[in-house]
Amino acid sequence: MEVIFVLIAVSLVLAITFLILFFRAMKDGQFDDGYTPSIRILFENQPKKSIKNQPKKSKSYE
Amino acid sequence: MGVSVQTEIPSKCYHCGEDCTHDSLIFDEKKFCCQGCKLVYEVLSQNDLCDYYTIESNPGKSQKNTNSQKNRFDYLEDKEVENQLLDFKNEQESHVTFYVPLIHCASCIWLLENLFQINSAITGSRVDFIKKKVQVKFLHDRISLKEVVVLLSTLGYEPKINLSDLDQKEKPSIDRKTLTKLGVAGFCFGNMMLFSMPEYFSEAKLLGDGFKGLFDYLNVVLSLPIVFYAASDYYVSAWNSIRQRKINMDVPIVLGIIAFFLYSLWEIFLQGNAGYMDSLGGLLFFLLLGKVYQQKTFATLEFDRDYKAYFPVAVTRMNKDHEEVIPLIKLQVGDVILVRDEELVPADSILLSERANIDYSFVTGEEVPVPKQKGELVYAGGRQKGDPIFLTVQKSPSQSYLTDLWNNESFEKPNKKLLEPLANRISGVFTWTVLTIAVAAFVFWFGRDLNLAVKAFTTVLIVACPCALSMSTPFTLGNTLRIFGKGKFYLKNASVVERLALVDTVIFDKTGTLTDPSNASIQYFGEVLSPESKSIVKALVERSTHPLSNRINLWLGKIGSAKLDQYQELKGLGLTAEYKGQSIKLGSSELTKSIIKELPNTGNLVFLSVEDTTLGYFHIQSGIRKGATEVTRTLAPSYEQHILSGDHAHERDYLSQSFSPQIQFNFNQSPMEKLNYLKKLNSQGKNTLMVGDGLNDAGALQESQVGVAITDRVSHFSPASDAILDAEVFAKIPSFLAFAKDSRKIIKASFALSFLYNIVGLTLAVQGLLSPVLCAILMPVSSISVVVFTTLATNFVGIRKGLITSKQS
Repeated sequence: MEVIFVLIAVSLVLAITFLILFFRAMKDGQFDDGYTPSIRILFENQPKKSIKNQPKKSKSYE
Repeated sequence: MGVSVQTEIPSKCYHCGEDCTHDSLIFDEKKFCCQGCKLVYEVLSQNDLCDYYTIESNPGKSQKNTNSQKNRFDYLEDKEVENQLLDFKNEQESHVTFYVPLIHCASCIWLLENLFQINSAITGSRVDFIKKKVQVKFLHDRISLKEVVVLLSTLGYEPKINLSDLDQKEKPSIDRKTLTKLGVAGFCFGNMMLFSMPEYFSEAKLLGDGFKGLFDYLNVVLSLPIVFYAASDYYVSAWNSIRQRKINMDVPIVLGIIAFFLYSLWEIFLQGNAGYMDSLGGLLFFLLLGKVYQQKTFATLEFDRDYKAYFPVAVTRMNKDHEEVIPLIKLQVGDVILVRDEELVPADSILLSERANIDYSFVTGEEVPVPKQKGELVYAGGRQKGDPIFLTVQKSPSQSYLTDLWNNESFEKPNKKLLEPLANRISGVFTWTVLTIAVAAFVFWFGRDLNLAVKAFTTVLIVACPCALSMSTPFTLGNTLRIFGKGKFYLKNASVVERLALVDTVIFDKTGTLTDPSNASIQYFGEVLSPESKSIVKALVERSTHPLSNRINLWLGKIGSAKLDQYQELKGLGLTAEYKGQSIKLGSSELTKSIIKELPNTGNLVFLSVEDTTLGYFHIQSGIRKGATEVTRTLAPSYEQHILSGDHAHERDYLSQSFSPQIQFNFNQSPMEKLNYLKKLNSQGKNTLMVGDGLNDAGALQESQVGVAITDRVSHFSPASDAILDAEVFAKIPSFLAFAKDSRKIIKASFALSFLYNIVGLTLAVQGLLSPVLCAILMPVSSISVVVFTTLATNFVGIRKGLITSKQS
């Protein structure tokens, strides 16, 4: 039965991790706009774009 | 005769999808309706962004009527203006958020988020589709704010920058905080439930004693964030209300939280029992859930706009003989300003040009522009239609006839007309009753068993904690708000429902509210129009966008139009064209040189002449809105009604015939008089509902208990108000009012329900019979059943009132 102590610790750590992830998502503003991302995800990534733009592009789509 | 003018092959503009009628432009084998659309295409094709046209077909907006004045963004070079507009600035990067009303489809989002491909100085951009906003991040060493705005306008996405953008930066929404608190409460509550499981089955002896102690201590740890973080708003609210010597709903909640927490600590650490920490977590979780539910807002609508949201940031001033664009705040009395077509007159001014044609639809709701002569005073808020005009400023922008309204004290009281919610009035009685019972139970047990006395005292406070009571209001009001929203009546917040329920006096604005410009009555006087002349008039008005042309067009109905030559629209005067070599004129008497005796002195007149001989004239009066008559008649038995009109009294007979006879008419009301009229009614103890549409009603809307702005295009224009009503559901006003009353009844019924729970709980508590298990069952059952009851009841009433269909709910 003592293994339950370990399990409790694990479950709490897991739950707290999720809570922290929730805080981060909140701070990033993921809950501010619940509509636009649903359209954004459908855009094709362009193969044409130059390599120079690559890092910027990925940033704007973060 | 009767030959259609639209004989060309109909082909659609590749950019905007409008018909390319004449001289369409071809580029890249694609057709464009105008230079502007073609230019946008060129920019996009140069930058490899033609995907814009594949995501949605013809995604653009016609560029025909755009303002192409080169220097109109010069004010953005002003450092002060720039700093007020920017969200953020460091050594390299600046962030700015623009409101772009044109955002309407997936292509818009895609293009606006790919701005960096057009100009590499833009590091990124993000669109909020619902709010129609785009945030642009750019390197300010390589591109200026003005250049960013110019880039957006060349793409057809001109940002709308108003005076109010300078004033206030958008505050981070309060919503985030409440949601975070809800998240914390949910996390703690969930885990506490888990750790309390063994206690619920304590009879079964599932686990050894060692676990029980650990679980209890874990519950204590998990309760700390709830008590000290998630519940913090309730402490503040309760403390504020006690300081004002009142008891609001949050006072008994805070009492309950304290009792729960302290008693559970005592139980766990001193008695070795389980305590009620899980119930405490559940309480806060459900309370916060109700709060979030109630906070539903309509993000696309703005309820707090004042005149600044319509006034431009900049104005063109004449400095000797050259134009300069200056920020409006720097405008001074005596300056000479230039106002172009479609621009707003920003301050009360005297007209220097020969003639102006001012559209006051923002102010009064009347669509037809008013002609003005040299030397006349033009009030701020009017929009010039036609050639550029010069004016001398008479008053500063904030002191004008119209804007002076906002200097009135009514706009300074932050929480105007704060009506005490039903729940707060009950909670006073509730709190005292509970305290009395708790003390009585304590005294009763005191002599026999001190331990039991303490237990009875605290459990009374715990079980009577009005969670069901305090949840019925937010859930009822929140659901009512949603049902109203589905019925196209958008409330600013849930407390408006309660105020709406108490209304006993309804005040209507006339122009644009009870009357509907598009529902005009038209009469024609003069020589009878032959089918041929009708088709000529049709051909004339078809091409014009002037409101009077539209109305005549509607009146003519679906008839063929003649083929005309040399069509011309003279803004502010009328329309001219040639038909079979004869000159045709349709417009003001100034244009047609008509001299007719005994003209009606109300409404608008449009004259028709052929070869300078007047054939006759159209007499156009704005008609009564569809359903307005029924609304006033339905409301008549139970509501006092008033009409406030800025017009002269000449329509009194006509209006009093159409509306309920009990209505009190008031004519010649200035914006300030409307406000004072409402003040007078309020001081007589009446609960007022003001329905208005223009900026001239803004004062009355602010002063009334409930101000409802009525608008044809919900996201477009409305003065500050408590609610926005879509004009098409105007006829449902009586149902909305009745529904608000019903939801008040539902709140009362759910109070009764939760009192029932409290009586059961209290009976157990005074006897000292309450165990953690019972508490863990009673608490969520009572809360959830109240929530279910209010939701079902409001939906049921909503369906019966025809505000929602059973499918939607």
